[in-house]
Order: sequence, then C-alpha cells, then structure tokens
Amino acid sequence: MAARGHAADTPALRVRDLEVELGRGTRRVVAVDRLSFEVAAGETLAIVGESGCGKSMTALGVLRLLPGASARMRATELTLGEIDLLSLSPEELRRLRGDRIAMIFQEPMTSLNPVLTVERQITETLRVHRQLGRSAARARALELLHAVRIPDPERRLQQYPFELSGGMRQRVMIAAAVSCNPDVLIADEPTTALDVTVQAQILEVLLDLKRQRGMALVLITHDLGVVAQTAQRVVVMYAGRKVEEARVRDLFANPRHPYTRGLMGSMPRLGASQGDGPRGRLPEMAGTVPVLDRPAPGCAFAPRCALADARCTREAPPLVAFEDGHTAACWRADAVIEAAHGVD
Amino acid sequence: MIGYVIRRLLMVVPVMAIVTIVVFVLSRVGPGDPAAILVGDFASSAEIARTRAAMGLDRPLVVQYFSWLSQLLHGDLGISIFSRTPVLELIVQSAEPTLLLTATAMIYSIALAVPVGVLAAARAGSSIDRALMGAAVLGFSTPVFVLGYMLAYVFGYRLGILPVQGYPGLESGFGPVLRSLTLPAIAIGATFVALIARVTRASMLEVLSEDYIRTARAKGLPGSTILLVHALKNAAIPVITMVGIGFGVLLSGVVVTESVFAIPGIGRLTVNAIFRRDFPVIQGVVLVISLAYVLLNLAVDLTYTLFDPRIRY
Repeated sequence: MAARGHAADTPALRVRDLEVELGRGTRRVVAVDRLSFEVAAGETLAIVGESGCGKSMTALGVLRLLPGASARMRATELTLGEIDLLSLSPEELRRLRGDRIAMIFQEPMTSLNPVLTVERQITETLRVHRQLGRSAARARALELLHAVRIPDPERRLQQYPFELSGGMRQRVMIAAAVSCNPDVLIADEPTTALDVTVQAQILEVLLDLKRQRGMALVLITHDLGVVAQTAQRVVVMYAGRKVEEARVRDLFANPRHPYTRGLMGSMPRLGASQGDGPRGRLPEMAGTVPVLDRPAPGCAFAPRCALADARCTREAPPLVAFEDGHTAACWRADAVIEAAHGVD
Repeated sequence: MIGYVIRRLLMVVPVMAIVTIVVFVLSRVGPGDPAAILVGDFASSAEIARTRAAMGLDRPLVVQYFSWLSQLLHGDLGISIFSRTPVLELIVQSAEPTLLLTATAMIYSIALAVPVGVLAAARAGSSIDRALMGAAVLGFSTPVFVLGYMLAYVFGYRLGILPVQGYPGLESGFGPVLRSLTLPAIAIGATFVALIARVTRASMLEVLSEDYIRTARAKGLPGSTILLVHALKNAAIPVITMVGIGFGVLLSGVVVTESVFAIPGIGRLTVNAIFRRDFPVIQGVVLVISLAYVLLNLAVDLTYTLFDPRIRY
C-alpha cells in the first residue's frame, strides 16, 4: 500500500473489499464494488466522484448505517484502529458511533432535528457515550461551539435549527460530530449545500479540528478544488469502484485514469483559456454515470472514454500499482499519460 | 400568543352563529310536531293548535329563530318541552358521567394508541406491525354498539367482574365510578385507538426516513431515544390533529354507548330528547357540544407549540 506522510502502524480506519448492495432480485444494484482504502490518524483522505458513484453509500456502509432492510454491506476487513467492526454486535457498534467514529452529512438544513435545541443536539452524544451530567455537557458544548467559531455560543445553545443559517447549522453538525473526540470523522459533502465563502470557512474549521485532535478525516466530495485544498490522499470512484488512488500532488500532476483527467478538465481555472469561444467553454465529459443495475462486463467508464478500445468494453481492468502508491484501474493508463503530454 | 387566543375566541362567534342556524333549521324541518307529542295521541286538532300557539310554534320561523337567539344570548337555553326543566340544568346534571367517560376514553386511547403506533412503525413490515395494524382495522370497523354489547356480555355477564349498567355518581367515590366507566370507555375508545394508532404509525414512518434520524443513528444514540425523542416529537403534530378530529368520533360514540350501558349522561339526554321531539333540549345539547368542540380544537392548536418550536402564534 501507499507510503504516506503520517505513517502509523495501524491505520485509524481500514476498509477492504467493501461491497454495498441495494434492492433485491432484478432490482439489485451494486452501489459499492470491492472498495478498499485506509486512512491514518491526522490524515485527510478524499473520496471523489460524481453523484451516484457510491460515495455516500461507502460512508454509510462503513458506519453500518445503510437505510432499511433492502441494503446490505459486506467487507473482508473493516477495522477502526484495533477494533474489528465486522465482529461487533449492533449494540457494540452503536456505542462506537458518535464516540470513536463520527459522521457529518451533506444537508445541514435537514440533518439537524428541527424540534430539539442546539444544546440537546450537541450534548446528547456526550451524555450517552461519556455519561456527562447536564452542566458538564453544557460547558463542553460551549467549548465546541467556540471551536467551530460560532459567535455568541450561549445564546445559540438555546436556539433551534430553524433560527440558524446553513453555515451555522453545519458548524453545529460538526460540533456535535467531534464532541467525543472521534478517531475517525467521515464528512459526506460537508460544504456542497453552502455558498462559496461559507464553504471555505467550514473546511478551515474541519481542518483545524482535525489537526488539534489528530483525527483521521475521510472527506467525501465531488469537488476537486476542495480536494486540492484539504486532502493528502485521494480515492477516485466511478460507478461504485475505485478507479484511481494517489497522493493529491501526484494525482493532480499525473492523473492515470481518463476519468480523473476528465474531472480535472472540467474544473474551472482562473486565467485559463480553454475551448474556442471568446469566454471559453469549460470542457465536459460526454455521457452520464452508467445505470448500476445493468452492469456491463468491461470497464464502466468505457462508453464515455475517448481512449477506450475493444478490450475496455470486454474486460474490467484491475487496479494496477504505479509509482509510489499511485494505483489506477485502466487498460490504457499509459495512453492517458501520452495523451496528456500530447495535449499540454 | 395571547393575541392569537383572543382572535381565535372571537372567531368562535361566527362559527357558533352558523351552528345556531343549522341547529334551528334541522330541528324544524325534521318530521314530528312537538305540540302533538306533548298533548298526546288522543288530543283534538284544536287542542294541538292551542298548544302550538302557547309554545310560539305558530309564529314565522325567522321570528322563532331570533327570539330563541335572544334567549340564548341571555344564557337561557330554554325549557324542556317534556320535563319542564330548564335545558341548561338538564345538561349540567348529565355532564358529569359524560365528561368522565370522554376523558377516560381519551386518556386510555392515547396512552394505548401512541405506543402501538410507535411500535408498529419501528417494526414496520414485521409480523408485529401486521398484527397491530390488523387489530386497528378491526377496532376501527367494529360498531360501538356491537363492541359495547360484546364487552357487557363477556365481562359483565359471563365473567361478572365489571358492572354493565348504570352510573353511581361521583358522590359514591372514584373507584365505583371508574369501574362502571371501564367497559363503556373501552367501547367508545376502540375506534379512537385505531385511528390514533394508524396516524401515529404513518407519521412516525415518515419521520423515521428523515435525514435527522440518520444523524441521530450516526451519533450512536440508543434506539429508544431515537424513537421517543427524535422521532416522536416530530411525528406528534399529525397525531394531535387527529386527536382533535377524533374527539367528534368519540362524542358520537358517547351517544350510543350511554344508551347501551344505561349511563345517564348527555348522550342519553340527547337520544331521549330526539325520541320526544324535545327541541329545546336537542338544540341546547348540540350547541354545547359544538362549543366544546370548537374550544377543544383551539386547545389542540395551542398544544402544537409544545412540540414544534417553529410554530408560534
């Protein structure tokens, strides 16, 4: 596996061959297909991909929080530090959630309970997992609101979510998630629903908390700009599979998978003259994410890939290691490099 | 809040005005002549006409309505044609068993139905859910009088553990009253329990799929906290609304149940008044019940604020 800056003997979270299936019978969909990754204490791992590629299902699968009876997860390994999550009973797992491993969701508008006060929503994890009394939990909540830079925290504690802006709500979500100092924090598109200036502030809060507490941060996003600002390593997902993994620097310098290249090409850049119009038209990837209930035998990206050849539509490419922990699943990975150098 | 309550109380005036018109018209267009009933089967038509005149029933309807309305505004509900007792007095006398019966039925129904609904929602699709909701359909579709007679037969006649007739009055103590009200309360409440349980289940199911429930699960909260604090508080509004609406169902059940169990309450008063074409009593009862219903709905609306901070008046 990859050598990384924050070397640790045991990763904070290790996921091997995670599979998430939704539905049954003819409506069965493999949302996540044999996905493996790990993240060390103090490290930020970004999981990147388009909507519907299985990012959120990955997060929910790791926490064993998949919706309803129709969703199932499997993995060959799922460990939180030394703890084997696969061998735990639901009750033991519950005790870890919110305590050792926590999660932040995309929609701050709907992810907070509308009829409970901010105080209740921040302190309940402390009271459940740490058995703190009311006043101790309240004091801790004030500190947390301070840490996520919410002004006038005492007044905020008494308020309800509908009295807060989107950015404030996401700060409250973060405060609640980190209240027990989790080892791993999974943030599922934490800034997507917010406007750009607020996004930057929220990311800064997340990164500060990660640094102070030495948490491992799994940041799920579709925004490569966010990845560049925050993460050390990236997993790129497409149609439920990992198609590329690399250190952020390597990925941006030298993307191996045509899908990753496409994502990067679709990023707006200041001062760049792309396309041919006077204002430049941002390149886009043709086609859409494949429908997962009718999987094709070959590479899932082949129908949208300019480099695809006969083998790509016939056989799914395995993940191949390139230099220094950089892996990609593409038969034409070398052609990607050539094409890149030809174009640039 | 106080401003809102005052505004709502003012709105009671037009509602009640409409109720008076409806009540008046209904009691006059229905078949039967109270004067004829009062004087008996063998009276001559001249005698009946004299009685009609004495009762003011020969005057134009509009005149009758307004003279009745002006009485009402003076707090006078009229005098029973049959017993010559002021209607208000009759209602006050019959109110005690009815109020206790309704309150008992309501409290036990809610106390039973909400947990059933929560349990069914928490185990949605399971055999527990199907059994509970099947029972709810049964409860909802069994007529009050059928259930009433069945309960009376089993618990009163076969097992002999509960009284099946009459009402001892509060002066005989709380225990005997409660014993005599148990079977009628179950009979009236069955429909209500079914209604509230189904609404609770549906409302809970909707809430349980919300994002904030997923958040609560990600926090590692115990299942009971998620159900009873995070979900139920959000699911409460439709349930409370249904309690308000169901109060009407409950009252109609009271009329039948009081007859089945021979309880001298408002229901029996109403049924007897209808048989005797005792217009003033019918009118008085309907007015009082309408007023109670309107006020209860105001109370229901105010209860919303206890559960949802976003609702402010």
